[in-house]
Amino acid sequence: MATGVKADWDEKELRRDLFAFHRGDMDAFEALFRRHQRALYSWILRIVRNPATAEDLTIETFWRIHQAHARFDPARGFEGWARHIATHVALDWMRSRKTERERTAELADDFAAPALADAAVSAEIRQKTAAAFERLPPKLRIAAVLAVVEGQPHKVVAEALGISVAAVKVRVFRALRLLRKDLEQQGIRP
Amino acid sequence: MNAHEQEEDRIRQVLQQSLRPVGAEHEPNRDLWPAMLRRLDAKPASTPWFDWALLAGLVAVAALFPSAIPVLLYYL
Repeated sequence: MATGVKADWDEKELRRDLFAFHRGDMDAFEALFRRHQRALYSWILRIVRNPATAEDLTIETFWRIHQAHARFDPARGFEGWARHIATHVALDWMRSRKTERERTAELADDFAAPALADAAVSAEIRQKTAAAFERLPPKLRIAAVLAVVEGQPHKVVAEALGISVAAVKVRVFRALRLLRKDLEQQGIRP
Repeated sequence: MNAHEQEEDRIRQVLQQSLRPVGAEHEPNRDLWPAMLRRLDAKPASTPWFDWALLAGLVAVAALFPSAIPVLLYYL
């Protein structure tokens, strides 16, 4: 009973914060920041796969959220809207980094090596696959990393990217096809 | 399952073997709120002139060659 009362109170407090944030209230923004920063950080980390970058992009995401407070619709909820903004912040970063990566040829993926690897897939193939994946166009890579690597439902990925479920499937398909072609050009036939 | 689907399934497996899932249970190593406040206080950076020149160039290309619009959208 007490838990139910607390949940009701939390729900009311959240709704109050959402409406206050919409009006530009800074305290409400801080409350939303503290409530959602972990979830948004985790979401961005899944895409950029580097903790320091994910922290910077979390701040950038909340900055954009703050700038867009007047366009926020409290009736539609905060989480999905914020995740959509976070996804586009990460996508912008991937696009800007593409040129930099071409200059430095770096591969900065803190989650590249799996804990348990399939013996049939050699370390060299895994490394080359990770490198080839980095070379994919950002909008294909982001769909593939969320849907294939992170196992997110297509519907969630579609909402985050602001596209249809069918478009997510097409992007994943194209990403896998380009990845296969890239590996074949290196003489690897997975 | 046809050969094409098998190939797609195989490359999917290789990708999953090559990149470890990050998962949802992560949190920042530091309190991000102070950095957030600094970001909010910072003056917005002005748009460099060459960004405006690039935008003008893109608009010109789209106006002169409308058939190039899908190609431009693809690379955006």
